[in-house]
Amino acid sequence: MSPDPSPLSPPDTGDQGRDILSLRDFRLRFRGQPVPTVNGIDLKVAAGEILCIVGESGCGKSVTAMSIMGLLPPRSSEVLSGSLDFLGKSYDLRHENLPAGQRGNQIAMIFQEPMTSLNPSFTVGNQIAESVLQHQGGSRAEAMERAHDMLVKVGIPAPRQRLNEYPYQLSGGMRQRVMIAMALANDPKLLIADEPTTALDVTIQAQILDLIRDLRRETGMGTMMITHDLGVVAEIADSVAVMYGGEVVEYGPVTEIFDNPQHPYTIGLMSAMPRLDQPGGRLAIVPGSVPSMANMPSGCRFRSRCAFAHARCADPAPKVEAAPGHSVACHFAPLEQNLAVTA
Amino acid sequence: MSNDVILTAKGLTKRFGGGGFMAKSPVMQAVSDISLEIRRGETFAIVGESGCGKSTLARLLMRLLDPTEGQVTFDGQDISHVTGADLTRLRRDMQFIFQDPFSSLNPRMTVGKLIGEPLEVHAPNLGARDRRQKVAELLQQVGLPAEHANRYPHEFSGGQRQRIGIARALASGPKLVIGDEPVSALDVSVQAQVINLLGDLSRDLGLTLVVIAHDLGVIRHMSDRVAVMYLGRIIEMGTAAEVFEQPRHPYTQALLASIPAPRSAEAPREQLSGEMPSPSAPPPGCAFHTRCPHATSACSAAIPTITKVGNSHSVACHRWQDIPVPEGQTAEPARSDQAESRFALYRAALAGGAVQHGPHE
Repeated sequence: MSPDPSPLSPPDTGDQGRDILSLRDFRLRFRGQPVPTVNGIDLKVAAGEILCIVGESGCGKSVTAMSIMGLLPPRSSEVLSGSLDFLGKSYDLRHENLPAGQRGNQIAMIFQEPMTSLNPSFTVGNQIAESVLQHQGGSRAEAMERAHDMLVKVGIPAPRQRLNEYPYQLSGGMRQRVMIAMALANDPKLLIADEPTTALDVTIQAQILDLIRDLRRETGMGTMMITHDLGVVAEIADSVAVMYGGEVVEYGPVTEIFDNPQHPYTIGLMSAMPRLDQPGGRLAIVPGSVPSMANMPSGCRFRSRCAFAHARCADPAPKVEAAPGHSVACHFAPLEQNLAVTA
Repeated sequence: MSNDVILTAKGLTKRFGGGGFMAKSPVMQAVSDISLEIRRGETFAIVGESGCGKSTLARLLMRLLDPTEGQVTFDGQDISHVTGADLTRLRRDMQFIFQDPFSSLNPRMTVGKLIGEPLEVHAPNLGARDRRQKVAELLQQVGLPAEHANRYPHEFSGGQRQRIGIARALASGPKLVIGDEPVSALDVSVQAQVINLLGDLSRDLGLTLVVIAHDLGVIRHMSDRVAVMYLGRIIEMGTAAEVFEQPRHPYTQALLASIPAPRSAEAPREQLSGEMPSPSAPPPGCAFHTRCPHATSACSAAIPTITKVGNSHSVACHRWQDIPVPEGQTAEPARSDQAESRFALYRAALAGGAVQHGPHE
């Protein structure tokens, strides 16, 4: 068997100096699992860039985000390899995490369910002010003032009054705005958003996406957004990493991914999306579901579900450059040149 | 789809609260004066944001809740107040699929028991062996191997569990199945599998489906007719094509505009500001006037009645004649030829076509 090929590299945007975060060859195994849950991935976020990570549940998206934040307990997981460059400093993730001072200050994270990530027994103002005090110091009054400014910024009506309210008094959309206000209170350079709009109604989702886009323009922060909604990706992303089974199988600029999808998994996900202009009929599917780590096939991890699988897929998939900045890990990319289907 | 009506609701209203021992709890009118007809064999969708009363309406339609006012007729029989054996018979004819396949299956029962349980109630004369046979048939019907009857729910993925939930709903041989967000907890690839399954079942068994969902893409794909709800009322109803292509109510238009789609910074969407008011303190007049870009003083004065605007299309808006129908809201971005050719290859391979590997041009 040939040695493991190197992971797909992020698109070269030609402005390395502006990179906020760069993760290289990250490999993580949960204790008791036979194979790594995250199996060697490279990701990069530049200033002002919105990177979307797409894939089904169980493909390692959230684990990767949690690892960048240093939130995974070392007792249950083991980093096999991986280095993280963040704001010009390099960290070897096998031995160290980002220092606590960087987290919350330079990187902030928002989660899917805003109710469970807010403390129900503190007022909104207190919670935001606490993170300001923690990271910036200063007086309580100043921190409260900052909290107020943040609520204004994220478009919460009657912000003075909201400062003194508890999370249960707010609607889902408002809570998510509070989460974003708290995350951004310390002017982070990077925002990690894990399914930030999945729990929200479509009109509120639209408001939150517009808010993230506006903030990106104003502050130049980089954003890493985890989502499984390709509509959201099409709307907001600059670049896209498609993950399957703990690997990045396709990586490129958003227009490339939608106009020139290469990996059978990317193609399957796109075909499975109901379209507003093609009602009725049968949807194409991705058969089965993501196998557990114990049943993960060797070589190309997608081959157990791939409609085009071949004996050669038992070897690790090579990295194919589909276009400048657009790479894919598949033995048969581009499909139309390497295979044919007859009825 | 025929014009044969299976379920009729007339003036349905549901109020919660108002009781209480020490202090009266506030009255909340979750559903207000809803009338609709569901035709045999069709897929009818109810859309709206959280808190609009769509789940309450579904529960009223199947008599899981008693209406405060109004009546529901199922197959010619008034079911608003049925009890006893009549209610059991009704349960056999109407079944429910729940949103969350993780909490709606008893973890201590095998799949065979879970699916067999409704048979014990609705077909008590069936012997143990016939019941096992029937369970095997049901499993096959939803695309699971019959051997899975001996397994427990935790051994299955989300999509498989939702299939088990569907098999359980089908066990009593219902005429109508109501799904409350049946696919929204699933990943897009698995969601497509379940949507296909529901489509096949409704066609093969002549089932009538009532689907509650908030994903407009799913609704457009699955349904024949759509009702849009806002704060307890139906504000627009019609065929899926009418509602999606010719939306007349400003709220429907705003919902469609909120669907995420690639858009340039120069052409931002028409965004709906604010949120739905609380159903315990609804605004006077048209409930949507607080967020409506077209509202006038008349809109806060009177509640608009639902008016026919087309063959089967009706809308509850004072100003529907003045509001232009937006163009191309549901136009999806064109896909490149290159992408389309790969989608075609994918569909052909999925459909069982022979894949020949090797260089091709």
